[in-house]
Amino acid sequence: MRRHRLRWWEALPWIAGLAFYFAFPDYLGFGCDLLVTILFALSLDLALGYAGIITLGHGAFFGVGAYTVGMLASYNIWTEPITGLLLAAAVAGVIGFLSGLVLLRTTGLTLLMLTLCTMTLLYEAANMAAAYTGGFDGLPSLPISPVFGVFEFNPLYADTQYLFALGVILVCFIFVRILVYSPFGQSLTGIRENVLRMHAIGSPVRRRLIVCYTISAALAGVAGGLSAQTTAFVNLAVLGLDRSATVLIVLILGGYGRLYGAFIGAVVYLALEHFLAQIYPAAWQLGLGIVLVLIALFARNGILGLGETLWQRFGPRRAAP
Amino acid sequence: MNAVADIAGIVLGGLAAGTVLFIVSVGLSVTMGLMGFVNLAHGALAMFGGYVIVLSMNRAHFGFGAALALGFVATAALSVVLERMLYRRLYRAGELDQVLFTIGLIFIFIASTIIVVGSETQQLQLPPALSGQFNLGFIQYRAYSIFLIVVGFLIALGIWLTFERSRIGGQIRATVDNRRMAESLGIDVDRLFTITFAFGSGMAGIGGGLGAEFLGLDPQYPLKYLVYFLIAVSVGGLGSVIGVYYASLILGILDFVLTLYLPKGGTIFIYALTILILLARPQGLFGRKGL
Repeated sequence: MRRHRLRWWEALPWIAGLAFYFAFPDYLGFGCDLLVTILFALSLDLALGYAGIITLGHGAFFGVGAYTVGMLASYNIWTEPITGLLLAAAVAGVIGFLSGLVLLRTTGLTLLMLTLCTMTLLYEAANMAAAYTGGFDGLPSLPISPVFGVFEFNPLYADTQYLFALGVILVCFIFVRILVYSPFGQSLTGIRENVLRMHAIGSPVRRRLIVCYTISAALAGVAGGLSAQTTAFVNLAVLGLDRSATVLIVLILGGYGRLYGAFIGAVVYLALEHFLAQIYPAAWQLGLGIVLVLIALFARNGILGLGETLWQRFGPRRAAP
Repeated sequence: MNAVADIAGIVLGGLAAGTVLFIVSVGLSVTMGLMGFVNLAHGALAMFGGYVIVLSMNRAHFGFGAALALGFVATAALSVVLERMLYRRLYRAGELDQVLFTIGLIFIFIASTIIVVGSETQQLQLPPALSGQFNLGFIQYRAYSIFLIVVGFLIALGIWLTFERSRIGGQIRATVDNRRMAESLGIDVDRLFTITFAFGSGMAGIGGGLGAEFLGLDPQYPLKYLVYFLIAVSVGGLGSVIGVYYASLILGILDFVLTLYLPKGGTIFIYALTILILLARPQGLFGRKGL
């Protein structure tokens, strides 16, 4: 029962988020990227880390969310940001539900292939409809209405965008936190750990997985929508394999199946990428590859898992229960 | 007459592309069938072989045949080292770790290629005997494409015969069907896997070189064609040589037709078809068991 009690250090990421706003006013665009990546990784964590649904195509929902916001804004149909995100969540959630309904009957490599193909399918569909989606060139300079009708998004200076994104991921995070500590969240962990036993105790496994996949897709849709709003831009890259692979790496780097893995992973990955990739891209890719191989071989629970192991070994001893 | 020539041209072009896809993917199918290892880095080995072949021809002036042999041996040797040192540790790991590990390998290969060779596309210089046209009676067609189709067919036939008739082929089939049972009958699965992994990687290397002429050969190769290799393997069915052969040829023809007539997003039909096939038959068209 005590596991889900709020602890003092859980306020730290949000304090750090606010501190970043005041400390690095020139890097707020990068900060928005960071927040979007955290939210996207968090949505993947729900499906992959908690329910154990191994997917290579989570970018599908990110892209759907981004295009929902982007196309509605680009054609001046709907530019209000908060309801825009809700619409993005709804559309991505519906697609997640429909694809989950058919895809989640499979497991392993088949599931991996099906999620990958679904994403590539959407990519090619967006490419085919380039007249509406803008194709590779994308939809630039999306008009986004002021938040609450007051706070304007300044295309040159991302301060409003940053605070808006911080608020959005705070709300989403609280939702995810409540969800994973609920009985529903516990049953997801059970499915990940041993699906046969969950069947045996009469848990409606497939229904749970579909609900989880739908929620995860909706959150990824919010992340995509947020990305379109904060950058005022959307193009085909949101549906690319690169983005799905990156978010997978971010999550695993931080540690999956833990609420804060997405935060740590995104900060470490994006900070390193931001500084190294521009100096010498090939060396960055080489280093990333080596780190991934090492994580897969030795540190399967990512940075947070590594920290926990070290803490258990060298940290203060706990009294026997 | 012209329509016939057009259709024949499309079919031959597609078959040639499909053949390359088969030569690269066949090893992946067998090794994934044997060990259930999700090896996304197979294309990286194909790229490595392709670079060895193209560079040994362009810079060291090897003959075409000698370069192909060198590509096979070099890729197979590298794969044995990788398998012994790294892959082996992850056989019993979850799919997620395997995916992560092989994505990491892809990045390492891409970056090393950029650092060592450079990021430009490598051109394959065909030997004069293969660079002309070949008269098929009713049309003239590129000799190299005909050569690829014939060679691919012979390779498929050879591998199929090995699979169905030889002792090691029987051991592979038994292991794909039921690994525990095969092990308890005294089949050395580890050794079997090393051999098939080396052979499959060598074939991938040859495929990388043979396909360099029209697939292009640049450092992004392993990511660019990753989805196609996986589709060929999963639609064909893990551990099924015939399945991968048919799936690759169909995929090659479809891709050729769709990029010709619907260059923008036409390949959407390939992905839709793949999803439908995998939903109807999760083990693939010719698969022996579930994935």
